[in-house]
Amino acid sequence: MNDIPKIKEILTDLCSLPGVSGHETPVAEEIKTIWSKLCDEISVSRLGNVYALKKGINAPEDAHRKVLFATHMDAVGMIVTELTGEFVRFEEIGGLDPRILPGQFVTIHTKTGPVKGLIVMPTKSLTKETYGSNPIPLKDLLIDTGYEAEDLQKIVRPGDVISYANDPVSMQDDTFSGHTLDNRASVAAVAVCLQELQTIQHKWDVIAAATVLEEESMAGGKTAPVDIRPDIAVAIDVTFATGPGSKEWNTRPLGSGPALGFGMNIHPKLYELFKGICEELRIPYTTEFSPRMTGTDGRELQVALNGIPTIVISIPLRYMHTANELISMKDVRDVGHLLAEFVHRLDENTMDSLVWED
Amino acid sequence: MMKNDKQLSLPVLTQTDIDLLAELSHACSVSGDEREVRKIVRREIQPIADSFEVDALGNAIAVRKAKTAEFTRVLISAHMDEIGFMLVNEEDPGIFRFKSVGGIDPRQMAGKAVWVGPDHVPGVIGACPIHLTTPEDRKKTIKESDLRIDIGAENKAVKPGMFAYYATKFSEMGSSVCGKALDNRFGVCILIRLFKECPDNVELIAAFTVQEEVGIRGASVVAWDRKPDLAIVIDSTPAMDLPRWDGEESFIYKSKLGEGPAIYTHDGRTLSDPRIINYLIDTAEAYGIPFQRRQPMPGGTDAGAIHLTQEGIPTVSMSVPGRYAHSAAAIARKSDWEAQIQLLYAALANLDKTLLAQPR
Repeated sequence: MNDIPKIKEILTDLCSLPGVSGHETPVAEEIKTIWSKLCDEISVSRLGNVYALKKGINAPEDAHRKVLFATHMDAVGMIVTELTGEFVRFEEIGGLDPRILPGQFVTIHTKTGPVKGLIVMPTKSLTKETYGSNPIPLKDLLIDTGYEAEDLQKIVRPGDVISYANDPVSMQDDTFSGHTLDNRASVAAVAVCLQELQTIQHKWDVIAAATVLEEESMAGGKTAPVDIRPDIAVAIDVTFATGPGSKEWNTRPLGSGPALGFGMNIHPKLYELFKGICEELRIPYTTEFSPRMTGTDGRELQVALNGIPTIVISIPLRYMHTANELISMKDVRDVGHLLAEFVHRLDENTMDSLVWED
Repeated sequence: MMKNDKQLSLPVLTQTDIDLLAELSHACSVSGDEREVRKIVRREIQPIADSFEVDALGNAIAVRKAKTAEFTRVLISAHMDEIGFMLVNEEDPGIFRFKSVGGIDPRQMAGKAVWVGPDHVPGVIGACPIHLTTPEDRKKTIKESDLRIDIGAENKAVKPGMFAYYATKFSEMGSSVCGKALDNRFGVCILIRLFKECPDNVELIAAFTVQEEVGIRGASVVAWDRKPDLAIVIDSTPAMDLPRWDGEESFIYKSKLGEGPAIYTHDGRTLSDPRIINYLIDTAEAYGIPFQRRQPMPGGTDAGAIHLTQEGIPTVSMSVPGRYAHSAAAIARKSDWEAQIQLLYAALANLDKTLLAQPR
């Protein structure tokens, strides 16, 4: 497929940019650039969500139906809490396992520009509690920037946001590794969908939303439906791929295609619809059982306005929230393709089919 | 003070040094397979060496003869090897069980990117997503035996027995440099520079040694073979000069960044020769070069083997202080690196037979 390098390039750009929750502007600008070439209108909400509108055809203005594809663009990260001599102390934004942090490169976003840093562990006798060979909790980890104390104090301030700094890497057999593939992989998948929609006739309006703050308050997912007033909402996110350290029932192989959500946040008819398209087109898929609330924008979209039929579709990903997450590009393309085929099938009868059969 | 301190123009750190250190840092040479570093050493100094040999263990020994009638035979040794990992079993396609080589804290492994094998195939030491852990789990260190190296999918060219390395790109940060294996690419880089600008009054036996990290095995055979008058070991020593939780001063730091090269009086394996210790200190003071005495603490260098070789060889170690040795990246000050080059150069330039004629 000739779009392989293109989507990989897009994803490389997306994963090279910071966009820690609440500070999404750098990546938002890039998403606007990427999506604007593939849609009719681009706008930004009051909280910072990016919306790309791809208009449907052949429908009178008042009958326009709308589907919302919500992909959060924010990333987990850190924030400076204090300076101590040549070192920086920090707190997390989103959920971080402190055990993966020592030895990790980060970028501190200061008023004078980015400063590279390395997360390090204090040696014995430097901490209040004694940890022995146990992990050092986040509060005792430090960042070393290589600057001497006097210079550091001039540059870095408490409140400066910190992001992972490693570059994304192409791996074996169309796999791809980097930080923030949660959830930039989904932003790329929506780009695949919008690309396909350039040559597919569709009746409904499609609004792709890159939402803010999912990792913290889900504020972007909560407010997007108020801006958009969608008839159907699809949250596109990542889910756990089977791999070293995670082999539980709720994981699925890398490369196994879209994971279709199933559970209380998902309208069962939407699940059936997506499953039917996968089977018809022989797109591999798995079902992701969610016996509890999904940890995605989907749970906010469902209860927005007067209630919206919602589904969550996920890309399998290993090592979530570490600086070296891992996906298969094939899954990104399959999710994009599935979304486009879904849009292709939306018509004036779709809403009537989304009923509860008692 | 020294009696005969010459007027010297001391070498200064240049971009050439920084570029060479970057190249050496990116080279991958776990103990037992030092080829990548040795190749760089050979390229840099074989053309100007009076002799260049690689011995049975893989040590590279280059000699630069003295140009004076009276001269001292000085062995300077720097180990080429670094810590890393060996793939030991492919459990699933592209997923390998591994063992660390040379002493790595398992807390420095999870979630790190690696390069695998001679082609530096990218991989990751994956960590379980935080969502699938409990707060209790997160208080326990993930054991090496529970971690795997993942290259994404099968690659027939990647096999058990290959080594893996932290995938760390060298960079300059603030007043510092940062990279993998600075323990001991600093030593290798400095020894290459000294070899190129060696003072005339010494016969310099430059030993780029193997297998230091796994028990100081390379250096002893070099010293046995060459029987130098004295030996100086150059390495990188841990600087544990991090802040205490309460802001109070910490008195256990081994060495500190920014205070010059660390001269060893005493480590876990060696009581350095006091004549050479004092000579180095006198030289530093005469030329105004900063230095520090490394806090006597465990740990050791090639000196541990060299000073016991043959009938005994007067030996000292001098190291560039570096934080976070044996992890994905170390940080060290450019000023300490430069001062170490200067102090070694000045010490060699002033060296004569009288030093070891004194009683120890």
